[in-house]
Amino acid sequence: MQSTKENIRIGFYVCHCGHNIAAMVDCADVAKYVKGLPNVVLSRDYKYMCSDPGQELIQKDIREYKLNRVVVASCSPLLHEHTFRSATAAGGLNPYYFHMVNIREHDSWVHTDRGEATVKAKALAHAAIDRVAFHKALETKTVKINPDALVVGGGIAGIHAAMTLANAGKKVYLVEREPSIGGHMAKFDKTFPTLDCAACILTPKMSEVGAHPNITLWSYSEVAQVDGYVGNYKVRVKRKPRYISEERCIGCMDCISACVFKEPKFEDEFNEGLGKRKPVYIPFPQATPQIVVIDPNVCLNFKRTKGPDGTPIVSDRCKKTCVEACGDKNAIDFTQKEEIKEIEVGTIIVATGFKTFDSKRVPAYGYGIYKNVYTALEIERLVNASGPTGGEVILREGKNPDGSPKHPKSIGIIHCVGSRDKKTNVWCSRVCCMYSMKLAHLLKEHTGAEVYNFYIDIRAPGKGYEEFYNKLLDEGVHFIRGRVGEVTDWAMTPEEEGKLVIRVEDTLAGYVRRIPVDMVVLSSGLEPQADAQDVRRLFNMSCGTEGFFLERHPKLAPVNTFTDGIFIAGACQGPRDIPDTVAQAGAAAAEALVLIDKGFVEQEPNTAFILDEECSGCKSCIPLCPYSAILYDETRKKAHINEALCKGCGTCVAACPSGSIVQNLFEDEQIFSEIQGVLAYD
Amino acid sequence: MSKPKVAFYWCASCGGCEETIVDLAEDILGIVEKVDIVLWPVAMDFKYKDIEAMPDKSIAATLLNGAIRTTEQEEMAHMLRRKSQYLIAYGACAHLGGIPGLSNQFSREHMLKFNYEDAPSMANPKKTRPQLKFADGGREPTLPELHHVVRTLDQVVEVDYYVPGCPPTPKLTNVAVTALLENRLPPKGSVIAPDIALCDECPRKASKPVNTSFTEFKRPHQKLMDPNLCLLAQGIVCMGPSTRSGCEAACIRGGMPCTGCFGPTSRVRDQGLKILSSLCSNVAPKENGEIDKVLEGIPDPVGTFYRYGLAKSLMRRKVNLPVK
Repeated sequence: MQSTKENIRIGFYVCHCGHNIAAMVDCADVAKYVKGLPNVVLSRDYKYMCSDPGQELIQKDIREYKLNRVVVASCSPLLHEHTFRSATAAGGLNPYYFHMVNIREHDSWVHTDRGEATVKAKALAHAAIDRVAFHKALETKTVKINPDALVVGGGIAGIHAAMTLANAGKKVYLVEREPSIGGHMAKFDKTFPTLDCAACILTPKMSEVGAHPNITLWSYSEVAQVDGYVGNYKVRVKRKPRYISEERCIGCMDCISACVFKEPKFEDEFNEGLGKRKPVYIPFPQATPQIVVIDPNVCLNFKRTKGPDGTPIVSDRCKKTCVEACGDKNAIDFTQKEEIKEIEVGTIIVATGFKTFDSKRVPAYGYGIYKNVYTALEIERLVNASGPTGGEVILREGKNPDGSPKHPKSIGIIHCVGSRDKKTNVWCSRVCCMYSMKLAHLLKEHTGAEVYNFYIDIRAPGKGYEEFYNKLLDEGVHFIRGRVGEVTDWAMTPEEEGKLVIRVEDTLAGYVRRIPVDMVVLSSGLEPQADAQDVRRLFNMSCGTEGFFLERHPKLAPVNTFTDGIFIAGACQGPRDIPDTVAQAGAAAAEALVLIDKGFVEQEPNTAFILDEECSGCKSCIPLCPYSAILYDETRKKAHINEALCKGCGTCVAACPSGSIVQNLFEDEQIFSEIQGVLAYD
Repeated sequence: MSKPKVAFYWCASCGGCEETIVDLAEDILGIVEKVDIVLWPVAMDFKYKDIEAMPDKSIAATLLNGAIRTTEQEEMAHMLRRKSQYLIAYGACAHLGGIPGLSNQFSREHMLKFNYEDAPSMANPKKTRPQLKFADGGREPTLPELHHVVRTLDQVVEVDYYVPGCPPTPKLTNVAVTALLENRLPPKGSVIAPDIALCDECPRKASKPVNTSFTEFKRPHQKLMDPNLCLLAQGIVCMGPSTRSGCEAACIRGGMPCTGCFGPTSRVRDQGLKILSSLCSNVAPKENGEIDKVLEGIPDPVGTFYRYGLAKSLMRRKVNLPVK
């Protein structure tokens, strides 16, 4: 079944990959075997085919031996297919006359018998030799890249990515779900290990984003739909009604003071429910954009029952003192409706962040049962000067005999709540050790209390982190190694009366201890966002088993996803601290800039196409395409594949009942000859 | 100049293909005028030795129908190949193995035992089986032996052309014979029928929605069918999308689904696999139990998807069955 039209001349190379392959495969024997196969003109084994001399060898042989096909048996195509295709092209051949055999990951690395591994390498090489004869010259196609970018999520990752792109002169849409950008970082008091004030370093960046001429900031908005492909995404963004005209509101906040609710009465999300806000509010003083928002769930001008589609209905019952206060600015608009904006962008950076572990899932620690058990994020707000208590650390429960608020005299911080635990989440959340120590420092500073850290291991692997740990030890913060068994208010001694008792096996001292404290802080871990799966589907990404978004390669493509033109940054990919998040956001922006500044991408020609004459128009393929690349041409009664959308998955090719869809590089005769080849060795 | 010689022969077949020759009706007169029929066992008496005596290549064309199941059929196939310039596999059995090919699911012993002992309609208390030879008053007549598997004609001898169908339509037969007589021959190995799937000429093509997915499969007798809507859209397994056209959708016009007798297009090696791949990809449920429920509507998948093509398919026969 060899092609008779041309005289096939194959050059075969088997790579030792140092000892990676040669230790388990007899490379010289493989080369000798392949030499005897049909159409093989030369067959060599070489120490490192991917090295410069290795690549030059291919080029030289193509010219000297008039090779018209090249096969290299080495590592995974993922690693070096591009390298060898380039070498083939540099030798003057079409790069798709090259074929690669993986005898490392598929062979030497996974076998323990040298003889059998060598047999397998020969069989795989035979398959490639038979296949490559049927290879055809293919052209790579180019797709233009729209220079505009979309950044999803306005935490520190999204902010940094958007700023980087905008500063490079690119137009950026930044979409944030909450009324203000800032994310988790905006809630933090200080940052470890330098103890910079989080707001002081973040809020200037936030206002820069708000004012940047290249950034269109859409807060209180969500991405609803993503269509298209690398360089040409069409995105629909849902803009939720905030009942305030963004154009007219100047952020004077007169409406807030004028609200019929004289005192803030409703749980304040930004302060983790420790403070109160009004129905018309701004999440925090430095919120960006500086535009108020009305909560229709509690505002008196809305009915308590929603419309059939869940939209709030205006009751018009309120005196609307806010509207009066707004006056000529006329920024309040109770009739505002959800709006859909359509934008076209070339690249997308997903930076949707994390959620903290719900500490109620570990009932033994008493969160939600004992009022003086706090989450770490609550403490961040509690120690913050602009927090609900103005930075005064006051216990939720208990008063001094004179009726004044009580301050804790002893505090226990429990590490790894919802981390490193088979019952909840197995992963290490990476930031908890450090933020726990930061909170220990801040709490000690604010209250002078005795602070105990209960840890499994202290993980302080970062610049200045170990030093910070040492500093804490010097400050007299106690560290007790052991996973806490329970937090209880059951006193066994008079000293324990009225306190929370932490029961823990001190694994260094070797006995079980009971430590009474006034306040317990739970260092809750980091988890994927609750809607991570929806977001994953929206952007056609993958998730790891734990639910964080999956990078294309853990080491070599950490901000890329499996969808071209879509990148990830920050804790949506896995728990990480601020320095790593910012570095990753910069990397994602740089990857996007590579595409934008190049202006086009070359697409692998492994796309599928319809044999137009032969298509019977049975429509079997049309609902199967995961990329919606196949359309039915009603006038011609045939299917048609949009090559730019085709990712070469092969689903339609397999399903076409009359064999009228062909995929480049995966044509039937190529695959069948490969199967015959692999079975030919015995 | 003498008229070209033509032979018709039958192997493992039902006789339906012979019927098509008769169904040419008055057209057969035109053909008979132009050719000499030298062999046609269904209609006229010829002897083995007469054929054996003919010089090689003296027959212009032999149209052979039926699959190769016995030693005698194999021998005749070889002989007719020798005697003919063109050997044409005529009809689904010669082309693809046809209905007899379905027996490749079973061993020869299994089949003989069923047919001569276990079949409900069989009364054979002595369990007599056909013998290859037996003594009969001084003579010893012989019977041909059954092979283990059924083969297509081209699995036994080289074939020049194929006329598909169970049976081939008179129209295609005419096209094939006329092409032979006028020496307007397509490339060797061609199937004399359009190389596009049946949907192309199906009167119900336009009625199929683009998003057809299957929540159930029904057989024709289990459902009141819409006479105009695509059968697949009604959950009836129709082999049309994976079957070569050329029959003008005769079955579908008669209210029945295509069963695939014309075989696959030239681009497909295994018709059954292709339609399976297509139908299964479009099964609506995505959970195992739910999928099984849908597939229960196809109680005999081999008989449905490989009704004519098992012998020619990649599966071809029961694993480990010897050929002869």
